[in-house]
Amino acid sequence: MKKKKAAGNGAFKWFVMPIYLFTLFFVIGPLIYMVILSFLEREETWGVTNTFTFGNYLSIFDPIYLKTFAESLRLALISTVLVAFFGYVFGYFMAKLKPRMRKMMMMLLMIPFWTNSLIRLYGWIIIFRANGTLDSVLMAIGLIKEPLKLLYTYPAVVVGMIYALIPFMILSVYSSVEKMDWHLVEAARDLGATPAKAFWTVTFRLTLPGLLTGIILTFVPSMGLFFIADILGGNKVVLVGNLIQEQLMKVHNWPFAAALSVVLMLIMTVMIWAYRKIAKADELEARL
Amino acid sequence: MKNRTKWPSVYLAVLMALMYLPILLVIIYSFNESKITSVWGGFSLRWYTELFRDRTMFEALLNSLFVGVVSCFLAALIGTFGAVGMSKVSFRSKGVIEYASQLPMMIPEIVLGMVFLTYFSLLRLPFGMITLIIAHTAFCIPYVYMEVKARLVGLDPSYVEAAKDLGASEIRAFFDIIFPLMLPAVASGVLLAFAMSFDDVIISVFVTGVDVNTLPIKVYSQVKTGVTPKINALCTLMFAITVIVIVIFNIIRRKNDVKTLENKDL
Repeated sequence: MKKKKAAGNGAFKWFVMPIYLFTLFFVIGPLIYMVILSFLEREETWGVTNTFTFGNYLSIFDPIYLKTFAESLRLALISTVLVAFFGYVFGYFMAKLKPRMRKMMMMLLMIPFWTNSLIRLYGWIIIFRANGTLDSVLMAIGLIKEPLKLLYTYPAVVVGMIYALIPFMILSVYSSVEKMDWHLVEAARDLGATPAKAFWTVTFRLTLPGLLTGIILTFVPSMGLFFIADILGGNKVVLVGNLIQEQLMKVHNWPFAAALSVVLMLIMTVMIWAYRKIAKADELEARL
Repeated sequence: MKNRTKWPSVYLAVLMALMYLPILLVIIYSFNESKITSVWGGFSLRWYTELFRDRTMFEALLNSLFVGVVSCFLAALIGTFGAVGMSKVSFRSKGVIEYASQLPMMIPEIVLGMVFLTYFSLLRLPFGMITLIIAHTAFCIPYVYMEVKARLVGLDPSYVEAAKDLGASEIRAFFDIIFPLMLPAVASGVLLAFAMSFDDVIISVFVTGVDVNTLPIKVYSQVKTGVTPKINALCTLMFAITVIVIVIFNIIRRKNDVKTLENKDL
């Protein structure tokens, strides 16, 4: 291998040609255009003019749009906390199963994971509708007298978010619990720690990276998901994603949609960057 | 670590059941004779026959398959050659391009859809099949690329060295040794990519033209207007296709793993 390096890239430069060209033209190009577009002025009805402006970014500070960002962050936060709790417990218990059961659970998890999220969300419409499955069951047991009519409400959107995102959390927690050295927990127990204490000081600390990865994998996409709010929330829950879609398809204010996208991506980049920092700090600590 | 209580299993079972409940309901109601979803009117295949009679649905299915197959084929070519080539060349721009090529998998779909919509109209590309294929290829490449790259890392370099010692050129060694060993990785990458392409709604909604619908777009527009039994049938069929793809994917993966283990033993 080392001798060949001097011979240069040889024929392999032709191998990378397609990916170079495609990435330049259809990934980097569009992204650069998005940034440029976000600084352009919108034309009266359709299209853009070539005037430079900060206006698109300034209009994000309009209270209505700020509220949308705040609303998105709140929903993402609520969903992430709930997903983290239910997903962590699930991943933890799953990693403690016998190997054969674990494999089966993996397979069972894969199917919803790869199933169209539309199909899965569509099932929730059947459940949440007025006089749908949930209402019928609850009324049959006598828990409620009137239908709850949960469809197109905030709780329905939260359930939809949890449902769409929990597989990511389960898988990342599971992989970190599975890798864990259980002898450390046993050692803690032998030294007199209660099960709860051993869990908090050993297990939880060691599986924190998995939990953090899961939180990033949940939080980041939850900012951009617009069709869950669209399908289960009706028009009542408006998120940044919905706003971008509306500006793009209905209002045709493309520069503003571009500015919103840039801000959304910046928020996510900061989140991922912070995560990397924490993960690295954690690694260092673990090594010490 | 023995579980003395049954609670963990109960918890796992309940959550798993909740995960499948919506899908199960869709499947059950797709066989419901009654038009009103909340009333059970007996078993029937009525909605399936109505679905198959619907020309626009059939067209949407063909479009979805066409877009999926073509973009997966392109992604397989670009991704496989890209991953192999990137491991050999030493351009300075390599890192940037590699990172950028993976971006479509990480960028939120809504942003990616917006980016493509505006860029394609800047280029004045006709919205429809071409734009759909370009966009789908963009987010399919990372799946193939990642799988192939992972397999390349696990590849024993002595194979290629042996071939070269026997007088094979670098390219010859690639086609005779690396390429056949890469095939399972390419296959599993392509299957993942196909599942993604076949399911994509958001990006497709943005980049498609007026008269080209894919199946998920069709489902999306109908789900928004309300629940119809025909959509239940359609969702059930799409679910079945996904399950089949996953099963094939797992079989390939398993064979792949066995092979890797054998290689290690050698």
